[in-house]
Amino acid sequence: MPTHLLALEGISKSFGAVAALRDVRLSLYSGEAHALVGENGAGKSTLVKILAGVYPADAGTITLDGEPLVLSGPAGARAAGIAVIYQEPTLFPDLSVAENIFIGRQPLRGLRRIDTAAMRARTGELFARLGVRLDPDRPARGLSIADQQLVEIAKAISLEARVLVMDEPTAALSGVEVERLFAVVRSLCEAGTAALFVSHRFDEVFRLCQQVTVLRDGGWVSTDPVGALTIDEVVRRMVGREVSAMYPKQETVPREPRLEVKGLSRNGSFRDVSFTVHSGEIVALAGLVGAGRSEVARAVFGIDRYDAGSVIVDGIELPNGAAAAAIKAGLALVPEDRRQQGLVMELSVQRNATLPRRWSLARAGLLFGGGERRAAAEWAQRLRVKASRLDDPVSTLSGGNQQKVVLAKWLATAPRVLIVDEPTRGIDVGTKAEVHLLLSRLAAEGVAVLMVSSELPEVLGMADRVLVMHEGRLVADIPRGDASEEAVMRAATGQAVGA
Amino acid sequence: MTQRAFVVRELGIGLALVLLVAVTAIINPRFLSAQSVKDLLLGSAILAILAVGQAIVVITRNVDLSVGSILGLSAFATGATFVASPDFPIPVMVLLGMGLGAVLGAVNGGLVAAARVPALVVTLGTLYVFRGLDYTWATGRQINAADMPPAFLRMGTAAFIGVPVLALFAVVVLVIAGYYLHNYRGGRELYAIGSDPAAARLAGIPMGRRVFAAFVTSGALAGLAGVLHAARFGTLDANAGLGSELNVVAAVVVGGVAIFGGSGSVYGAALGAVLLTTIRAALPVLGINPFWQDAAVGALILSAIGLDRALSARVGRRLRKVGGGHV
Repeated sequence: MPTHLLALEGISKSFGAVAALRDVRLSLYSGEAHALVGENGAGKSTLVKILAGVYPADAGTITLDGEPLVLSGPAGARAAGIAVIYQEPTLFPDLSVAENIFIGRQPLRGLRRIDTAAMRARTGELFARLGVRLDPDRPARGLSIADQQLVEIAKAISLEARVLVMDEPTAALSGVEVERLFAVVRSLCEAGTAALFVSHRFDEVFRLCQQVTVLRDGGWVSTDPVGALTIDEVVRRMVGREVSAMYPKQETVPREPRLEVKGLSRNGSFRDVSFTVHSGEIVALAGLVGAGRSEVARAVFGIDRYDAGSVIVDGIELPNGAAAAAIKAGLALVPEDRRQQGLVMELSVQRNATLPRRWSLARAGLLFGGGERRAAAEWAQRLRVKASRLDDPVSTLSGGNQQKVVLAKWLATAPRVLIVDEPTRGIDVGTKAEVHLLLSRLAAEGVAVLMVSSELPEVLGMADRVLVMHEGRLVADIPRGDASEEAVMRAATGQAVGA
Repeated sequence: MTQRAFVVRELGIGLALVLLVAVTAIINPRFLSAQSVKDLLLGSAILAILAVGQAIVVITRNVDLSVGSILGLSAFATGATFVASPDFPIPVMVLLGMGLGAVLGAVNGGLVAAARVPALVVTLGTLYVFRGLDYTWATGRQINAADMPPAFLRMGTAAFIGVPVLALFAVVVLVIAGYYLHNYRGGRELYAIGSDPAAARLAGIPMGRRVFAAFVTSGALAGLAGVLHAARFGTLDANAGLGSELNVVAAVVVGGVAIFGGSGSVYGAALGAVLLTTIRAALPVLGINPFWQDAAVGALILSAIGLDRALSARVGRRLRKVGGGHV
């Protein structure tokens, strides 16, 4: 085996009290594609950002060609020959596609001026290599997620980097595009590049990579040649614990229909979406990023208007685009981005937790601390929120505890339909299990739960039924018994229509 | 296509300007007399220089409200220098004014970039601090045209081949800034920072340095504007440029520079300055009560913003349609 090109040794990184990475090691070899797998929250993206120079590691060493490497920032990583494709595209909407690819290193002509013609030509070459047909001069604004991802890939390739790091680059791509990307990565590897490939799609991992490293809860689990492992073994190492404890789903018998969505359409987001959630049921809405799941949830709750269709709760149709009416009808939405949409970060824990009920807690229109505190304390205890004081700002809590406050805030309104969007994104494993237990109990009490989730184990572990969206359409309705990772993934990538 | 969208935007402002001048000239042909046009250019020049600096800052998703105070300090410094030594060389005075502005701009830039305080707050603070320094220094004194060297005052009104020297200053500033923003990496990075700060950080763009440089540039141009202000008006007290910062921001917004950064050009900002000045000159000619001037300027700002929204919505729709062009 050749000597390693890039090696990470004993890397640790914490955010506040949460340890994202603990003593992780990783070696990348010239000419080899190395897979990095793990559940969401296992620390993959943190590791990618350390390699990219975005986060400094708290402890540990990085060596390149046997020399210690200190990454002073994204520019430093790039100068060291490390190119990164991030999970979320990071384009500048106002700049042209070509400028986006070459920002900070545009080809120059005399007097250090940008050589626009050369930049356009090189963009054209890159796109030809990737089989992309995009106008290099158009602005990045308005590109589809897949096109944005392709521009990111073109950018990374144009760096002719020695180390190419890809954080779920294929999430939004079609089969043909994935094949093209893989062909390019293989040719780069043949030329001596080392690739790090982060993915949830095991078939891709096994097709592209030679080595696979498993991370779990921020720790290193194993590194093996791909041929030595089966998919089942990789999954077992990723999860590493009893799945039933993680997903404490109580069996319930679905009762009367609670939430009925009929023919819901919104131009440019989703089309003709119909489904029913019964009392006592947890229904998962799965699909790839950009499939339109969150948009459906927002439209059902009345944040966004829809162009056609209807939303019915307990037999009564809700007005279009009226969140206040939805709340009154017993709907609650726990949004995807809790910092932006779920909490007022500067306000105290208790005020956040009682925000939707401030009118019923008020005396003669004035809020007094006592009522707020009593109501919040009750929920903090029920949800086991770890906060030193309830009047501390909510921003001082960890991600998991923030999510509990969001849940408390809505559960206190005693909802009949609970919509949760990515309920456990970015929170630690212990809290995850608590949130799952809570959802399960709520369903048992008769609440209809609609759960938007990108985490397949969560979807499979928690849902009575799995609805799968692909490009704005509902393509599958899979009952718990038939739901498997493969079935959901096939539907989500548009390979099977219907179930 | 980006470039085309920009050009459309500036064409619109240019068209509005031509229309305004045409209508005014039909009603009163003397509006287009050589003297009147010269007055317009003279009046626009200082505002245009300030607008170019402001545009550079706004493009990075910041704002510089202290430019009026910097102009005031620089103008008074110019007067005070000439009072102390009437033979002070004029080119050195110009550089000195720019240097003073750059130092004040560096204070803004340093606070915004290093202390990560929003530019609106920082420059609102320095607006008062700089003006306060000006008042302290002037202590109610007034410097009169008689105290200044005649050669310097001539620069404020003289023309070179029919074009006022002040306007030439503005054109030189505009061309250099426009060329830099369009053709240099640093210039493009200013747009990138305003377009998406988070992505700019991931792309390894030295954000602090670039934003700092933008404020220093804006300060230096305000300093230059101060020297030119002194040359043009001759009479100086500590109130020079008082309240002009809002005029400058108005010119930039009317000129199509997005207030949230990332798009627009210094050419548009300069056109905006000319348009605002022309409106103020045209309203009395059109027989409109001068008391309506501010309302007219306000209406112009609102319609510019409305146009911007409509245009970007249309461009957005069209771009989505041509998107997905790959296999």
